[in-house]
Amino acid sequence: MDPESAEWVQALASTGGEQLAAERRLHTMLLRAARSEAARRNVQGSIPGAELDDLADQAADDAFMSVRRRLAEFRGESRFTTWAYKFAVLEVSGKFTRHAWRRPDRPVEVEDWDALRGRLGMQPEAASEWRELAAALRQAVEEGLTPLQRTVFVALMLDGQPLDVVAADLGATRGAVYKALYDARHKLLTTLVTGGHLTSEVVAR
Amino acid sequence: MTELTDRARLVAFLTTDPRDSGCDEALALLHVYADLYAAEPELAAREQPAVAAHLAACGPCAEDLVGLLAAITPA
Repeated sequence: MDPESAEWVQALASTGGEQLAAERRLHTMLLRAARSEAARRNVQGSIPGAELDDLADQAADDAFMSVRRRLAEFRGESRFTTWAYKFAVLEVSGKFTRHAWRRPDRPVEVEDWDALRGRLGMQPEAASEWRELAAALRQAVEEGLTPLQRTVFVALMLDGQPLDVVAADLGATRGAVYKALYDARHKLLTTLVTGGHLTSEVVAR
Repeated sequence: MTELTDRARLVAFLTTDPRDSGCDEALALLHVYADLYAAEPELAAREQPAVAAHLAACGPCAEDLVGLLAAITPA
């Protein structure tokens, strides 16, 4: 562990004035990081100023509590401050997700297969080619995926929902939703190659 | 030409990297990765290939890394 990180751990694990001073310094640091991260994520201004400040303050408080609670888990694999900042960044990230999840203007589920084209950056000229591919892909999605994989694929790729929002909808973790999409992608690729819609030469690219 | 591009784009989206760590491991190691990346991006990819593979494919985790790098980078 580097000397500065060791100093942080020692001060936070101490008692009395030294601990209090370290806690204040930590909270100030986390608050600054949370406010900066909240402002960075709010580029579209979807969260008004006062609400954004509240979100950042709450994120900093929650991050502070996490650092205090998990101090013994810090092993010095990174700088202490980087480890601590991670809690602030992840708290802000999670609170933005919950905010997006509550928004009344969230996109509705319409299974827009044409939207997938745009999402993948495909050329608008090759409409007939896309129709053939989309039909094969749609069949593979409907017949080859598990219900969870299908729900996740449709929500993310056709409806354009953010992954974290889909996770919140399903009461699942980000990791579980990502894994479902990962498995779905792998399965769909195998199906489309087997069905002759994609060739091994294309896959090799 | 366009046909190949569209197929290639679909393949690129569907192709998964077997080294991909998944979100849980990537987030657990994000602070380690961030310090390495701040020192030298190639070093991070070399030392943590599974996390690098995941961050290349997962938008939300990559966004968290961007936020963490901003926090640890002096203004």
